[in-house]
Amino acid sequence: MASSVLFFLFAGLAIACAISTVYHKNPLYSAISLIGVFLSLSCIYVTLAAPFIAAVQVLIYAGAIMVLVVFVIMLLNLDEKDPVNRLGYLYAVGGGLGVILLVQTFFIFYAVSKSPVHAVKTDETVGKTLNLGSAMYTEYLLPVEIVGVLLMMAVIGGVILARRLSQPQLELVVEEELEERIVEEKPLVDL
Amino acid sequence: MEPSLATYLALSGILFTIGAVGVIFKRNAIGMFMCIELMLNAVNLTFVAFSRYYADVTGQLFVFMVMSVAAAEAAVGLGIIIAFFRNRISVDVDDASILKN
Repeated sequence: MASSVLFFLFAGLAIACAISTVYHKNPLYSAISLIGVFLSLSCIYVTLAAPFIAAVQVLIYAGAIMVLVVFVIMLLNLDEKDPVNRLGYLYAVGGGLGVILLVQTFFIFYAVSKSPVHAVKTDETVGKTLNLGSAMYTEYLLPVEIVGVLLMMAVIGGVILARRLSQPQLELVVEEELEERIVEEKPLVDL
Repeated sequence: MEPSLATYLALSGILFTIGAVGVIFKRNAIGMFMCIELMLNAVNLTFVAFSRYYADVTGQLFVFMVMSVAAAEAAVGLGIIIAFFRNRISVDVDDASILKN
């Protein structure tokens, strides 16, 4: 009973924060709402008997990734004005996609509820750090190594992307292109 | 009594829907990035729920992999956003049109 109450409490909080993430125009408010989603999902993981994943969720998502995002938002010093959406049909596409996904969700809910009840195995060791760690370094050693290589590639890529371009001619091309566009767009504005 | 597997899947589906609609509605590159993180988290919830109901640790391990990929995506994606902002003084995705025509 208690786990049911906790689940519905945090599920409601997660959905409300998710809607707030999409609704707010200011990226900083979106980021704070997204941290709310991550924290409520972490609480739901605790009710699912996955304490290690819950801790990692708070550390990596709510900690590392969101701090990086908030840092970039503040670094870029964005103005609050809402960028005009010049592609009106995207609203129709987004609404249609949302309706399709929601119908699919309700279909899955219905189908899984109607399926014969699978007896829940209660193996209390699953999800404990010892169990997870021993699986990670024996059976799933290769995926863990691949993820390590992937992270190293991402770090190198991030450093190369974020530093200033060392090819001045490339920046020149970009600037020329921008100037041309400004010249092209001017007459339209005057008319 | 515990919530059933179907309830967890429904919550995951609703979060995924909100994220997918957000990616299309947002014109701000950072906003789109955050909606993608939301979708990844919805999938993680499915993994953990199945892991619980089949008493198998594989699901939780894959959550760990998804988190690592999300961290890599954050590093590279934010690097791209900063490089884009440096050229265009904007993070509006409609401004990313230099390869057009």
